[in-house]
Amino acid sequence: MDVPKTGFSFDLCRRNEMLTKKGLKSPGYLKTGTTIVGLIFENGVILGADTRATEGPIVADKNCEKIHYMAPNIYCCGAGTAADTEAVTDNISSQLKLHRYHTGRESRVVTALTLLKSHLFRYQGHVSAALVLGGVDVTGPHLHTIYPHGSTDTLPFATMGSGSLAAMAIFESEYREGLTREEGVNLVTKAICSGIFNDLGSGSNVDVCVIEKGKKEYLRNHLTPNPRTYISSKGYTFSKKTEVLLTKITPLKELVDVVQVGGGDAMEE
Amino acid sequence: MSIFEYNGSALVAMVGKNCFAIASDRRLGVQLQTIATDFQRIFKIHDKLFLGLSGLGSDAQTLHQRLVFRHKLYQLREERDMKPETFASLVSAMLYEKRFGPYFCQPVIAGLGEDDKPFICTMDSIGAKELAKDFVVAGTASESLYGACESMFKPDMDHEELFETISQALISSVDRDCLSGWGGHVYIVTPTEVTERILKGRMD
Repeated sequence: MDVPKTGFSFDLCRRNEMLTKKGLKSPGYLKTGTTIVGLIFENGVILGADTRATEGPIVADKNCEKIHYMAPNIYCCGAGTAADTEAVTDNISSQLKLHRYHTGRESRVVTALTLLKSHLFRYQGHVSAALVLGGVDVTGPHLHTIYPHGSTDTLPFATMGSGSLAAMAIFESEYREGLTREEGVNLVTKAICSGIFNDLGSGSNVDVCVIEKGKKEYLRNHLTPNPRTYISSKGYTFSKKTEVLLTKITPLKELVDVVQVGGGDAMEE
Repeated sequence: MSIFEYNGSALVAMVGKNCFAIASDRRLGVQLQTIATDFQRIFKIHDKLFLGLSGLGSDAQTLHQRLVFRHKLYQLREERDMKPETFASLVSAMLYEKRFGPYFCQPVIAGLGEDDKPFICTMDSIGAKELAKDFVVAGTASESLYGACESMFKPDMDHEELFETISQALISSVDRDCLSGWGGHVYIVTPTEVTERILKGRMD
């Protein structure tokens, strides 16, 4: 049987190039405009992200998840092309799990970092994923940024995405070493809010993830500063019905329940 | 003109109370010329899972054939139907495999999962999943559909009201899009039956 090959397949490239030459523009992909941040506090790492996914100027998803699971003690925020960030974090997360089975130890943040940067460098920036990787392992808390071409930075606080300047402004003025958990979460929330309200590519809600030694807390929709303002309680009612030309109703098959009839041991004499 | 606007399409899926609805327009065009008014964009994968494919018609048909093939293999091996969440991951993986030479399709997946809980999701052409709890849209009329669904949608509608809402949202949105229209095709799926209806729309 034909076992599908792993990795990327390029068999439609020639056709697509021919179409582009004929004047048909190639499609835009779902991007996560984004503000993603991370900082190191006294006991670990806090990651934060907004929740807007854009398709050109349109908001495609008002509440997407940008903080991806890598390992029980490592999480990664992703900005750039949504398919790339999801695929690369899922892929490296699987590799980390296999590595954990192989070594019998908790994953280290530098392992995830090396796997991610090697993958991105191999594709020379065409896999458009900008990541903020954070976690706590045996060597302590770590925070790294990874750029689409494969370069990395190790920092005490970091921001990425279109809203990174807005968020970095908050961090540069208010960050200090040895923040408590509450102060850290408040600072991250403030930085993401600054991205949400000032950057057009970021919006909706704030997601926060706190990772400490031995435990983690994923605060999905920690803050929702953009609720729907005018909601009609009655909603829409349509007085005139839609005109229907043809209706076909197909009842779904009921699963047959086999019940034993008579005694169970019919074969016994 | 973009490759997505070559054939024209409009797709929408909505979640109701223990049911879901998926609807599409019926036009197939070659840029501005209409060549068919009964084009099938929504395909049944199994009794409780439907797939809508917008974008380039030939890629939609090819992708549908490949997915039916993979699902049949799954049925033979696992002796059961695929769950909608699993199917969505399969579609996403198949699209991402072609990351640097993609299929020009945007799928909309709608199904009833475990305990008949409705599930809908859409993806861009390279497989970035977008799970939603209320509605998903795709196609050339997507911008109008976003607006129409955002205002007309209510949570927990029963299947009669859901049909009315999705039909009104589809018809009003395709009326504002030159490349889609010529009626509508709506499937309402509840745990006990599948209702397929063809809508009358403007034929221009």
